[in-house]
Amino acid sequence: MRKIQALLLVAGLLGGGLSGAAPAFAADDHAAPQAPDAGFSFNRIFGTFDRASAQRGFQVYKEVCSSCHSMRQMYYRNLTDLGLSPDQVRNIAASFQITDGPNDEGAMFERAGRVSDHFRRPFANDNAARAANGGAFPPDLSVITKAREGGANYIHALLTGYREPPAGVTVMEGMHYNAYFPGHQIAMAPPLNDGQVEFAGGAPNTVEAMARDVSTFLAWAAEPELEARRALGVKILIFLGILGVLAYLTKRKIWADAH
Amino acid sequence: MADALATPGTHGDHPGSTKRDFLKLTAVAFAAVGTGAIVWPFVSQLAPARDVLALASTDVDIGPITVGQAVTVMWRGKPVFLRHRTEEEIAAARAVPMDELKDPATDESRVQRAPWLVVVGVCTHLGCIPLGQKPTDPKGDYGGWFCPCHGSHYDTSARIRKGPAPLNLPVPGYAFTSDTAIRIG
Amino acid sequence: MAGGLHDSQIANPVIRWIDQRLPVFTMMQKEYGVFPTPRNFNYFWNFGALAMINLVIMIVTGIVLAMHYTPHVTMAFDSVERIMRDVNFGWLIRYAHANGASMFFIVVYIHIWRGMYYGSFKAPRELLWMLGVVIFLLMMATAFMGYVLPWGQMSFWGATVITNLFSAIPLVGDTIVTYLWGGFSVDNPTLNRFFSLHYLLPFVITGVVFLHIAALHITGSNNPLGIEPKGPQDTLPFHPYYTIKDSVGIVVYLMVFAVLVFFAPNYLGHPDNYIPANPMVTPAHIVPEWYFLPFYAILRAVPDKLGGVLLMGGSIVLLFVLPWLDTSKVRSLRFRPISRVLFLLWTINFFVLMWCGAKPAEQPYVLISQISTMIYFGYFLVALPLLGRFERPLPLPESIAVAVLGPKALGAGPLPGGVTAKPMEKA
Repeated sequence: MRKIQALLLVAGLLGGGLSGAAPAFAADDHAAPQAPDAGFSFNRIFGTFDRASAQRGFQVYKEVCSSCHSMRQMYYRNLTDLGLSPDQVRNIAASFQITDGPNDEGAMFERAGRVSDHFRRPFANDNAARAANGGAFPPDLSVITKAREGGANYIHALLTGYREPPAGVTVMEGMHYNAYFPGHQIAMAPPLNDGQVEFAGGAPNTVEAMARDVSTFLAWAAEPELEARRALGVKILIFLGILGVLAYLTKRKIWADAH
Repeated sequence: MADALATPGTHGDHPGSTKRDFLKLTAVAFAAVGTGAIVWPFVSQLAPARDVLALASTDVDIGPITVGQAVTVMWRGKPVFLRHRTEEEIAAARAVPMDELKDPATDESRVQRAPWLVVVGVCTHLGCIPLGQKPTDPKGDYGGWFCPCHGSHYDTSARIRKGPAPLNLPVPGYAFTSDTAIRIG
Repeated sequence: MAGGLHDSQIANPVIRWIDQRLPVFTMMQKEYGVFPTPRNFNYFWNFGALAMINLVIMIVTGIVLAMHYTPHVTMAFDSVERIMRDVNFGWLIRYAHANGASMFFIVVYIHIWRGMYYGSFKAPRELLWMLGVVIFLLMMATAFMGYVLPWGQMSFWGATVITNLFSAIPLVGDTIVTYLWGGFSVDNPTLNRFFSLHYLLPFVITGVVFLHIAALHITGSNNPLGIEPKGPQDTLPFHPYYTIKDSVGIVVYLMVFAVLVFFAPNYLGHPDNYIPANPMVTPAHIVPEWYFLPFYAILRAVPDKLGGVLLMGGSIVLLFVLPWLDTSKVRSLRFRPISRVLFLLWTINFFVLMWCGAKPAEQPYVLISQISTMIYFGYFLVALPLLGRFERPLPLPESIAVAVLGPKALGAGPLPGGVTAKPMEKA
């Protein structure tokens, strides 16, 4: 009996410690409503990425987002993990001009991209990025779903959250009203328009569909290890479960004569 | 005090002892397997990471390299020697009988196009960089390269001829992407 | 003692040869083999062993991370992401280290709580307890500096806020802060020295842990009844009874740990730390890691800078004198009905402080923090000394054996559990 009490207390303390602290962070919402659950497959506990959607999402990033947003942690070679063939990846990389150097004369030069190159950055440095965007720095998107409360749901909500400002709200010069951006005034103009990106195979290209695809791509880019991590976790938990039963039975056996 | 204490494994005549031993063995075996498995990530992380493995192949423009000249380029953090060999150097390399070589290999097997010798410039003895790339360098007794660390001599096909090094300078994977450009790796 | 050699009892000739010259095997046998341990531990007594395992996990994963990490402001963030993406199993090792810190605090908080509930800090174990408080302080310093290393926004601003605490010290405060920073703000010199110290401190902790265990093995363990073992019938050899019981706890602990690492690796973290540090922009709402929240709430409960810092420091320093604040001779709160209730309320209050620490510094949270802070201190400074004087404890059991085995333990005849066992033959 005592033992059970003690175990319950441990569980209570653990649970209390975790739930007491962590959701408290999430409650820090400051004027922006919670992004609604967009039902992404990878947000389920054993979920995986929808590869086709993520590939389309890469196309959206390439054709739309990448003109302002860098993804400095990404390499073209990473795209093979997204299900693209090595030849496709090589062609994608080669379609970008990468600054390399200095060469033997000490000058920087442009060359076609290789798979081992980082994604090309749209601006030479952060100040250039800021200057080209009216002072607002377009954040790097490599780990954006880990860097925002709500993750991919937030990105999806933000991209589909542009609205006419409600009565009584004045939007500042150069800003746009967004229902999900903290403070509601965002410098980024609505980036997606219906039909903007032509997908091979004619997948839907509404704003909603594109926002979903690009959110999937960004979630994959932020946590490329997610599928391997969960798969390994299942194995380890099964192993520990069996080991736990064995250890507990052994413990009972050993203690049988001590009570 | 010890005489009053229980000791494990002294219950041989206990009716449950076989079951306990079997259980214990299984549990210990499981724990051992688990401990062994957890070592793997810690060993595996020592291997080259994915960005290192993906390191760029190196493109070299060989157009400006005149006959008799040599250049050194970096590939995977190591120097690669490119030599535009003269006719005499090629002839010398091809005239050597195989039984004179410590690590026999024909010159033909070591080049794709006769004038162009491409080798990894790391001495096979203990990893120094042999001399012989610059016109003023000593080139050793065989007109190729000479490693100053322990005196290994390489010939004009970069084969080991004299000294402690056991093997020829290795030829990296490379391809001519045009008549004036090669890609190493 | 023959010829200066240790008189080893070990049969294996090779081990015996070593043991005669360096009796580590005899010592292990004595301290972890036959070591007489109260027979009535509950699962709360797992947490010391769990903390030890956790320390080892932190050191092993930490050393590996240091092989790949770059302590420079322009490269630290990217080098951590490179570990996550390109290093083989780098994500596993880094998430294990990050969540291992949280697990370490969970384990140590429960370990401390157990010590407080069952009175393990009381004579003759005062020094053992104080060494534990030293470990706790070193852990906090280590965890804080480790959190700075990924050089995200929370790293940077956490470092700024915490180091600025020292500026509250009169006269020399600003100088101390400048010396901590190695500059005029948190910058590359700060990151470098924090990395150096973050690598060093775990080994200091290891040293103090050995002292902690050495002190434990002098006094022997406390137990849930809080009464000392009176003889062999009250104890069991550590092995196999507690090695196996600890093993059960370790597996459960690893399962909780695995759920965090594999299924919620960022649950206890903060999204802002995936934004690279930016000295020009403070995040809207800075919070420390969850394990610092109660103390952070105490800090913010005081409207005065120096006062807040002193009170926060005092909330931990108070633990050093706990053995003298609680004057009751009865250790276990099982036998102190009023203290028991008050301590459980104090525990709830600790979680209230934790909750307040995560909230913005505005009403009503400030008021709640202030009340909670008063309860926190009131328990130690008012309730404990008074209870020691006026509380009437319940009658204590005659002995551990009687409490566990019932009256039969008193009777003649062989006792179960190897109490009558022969001298050890192996183990």
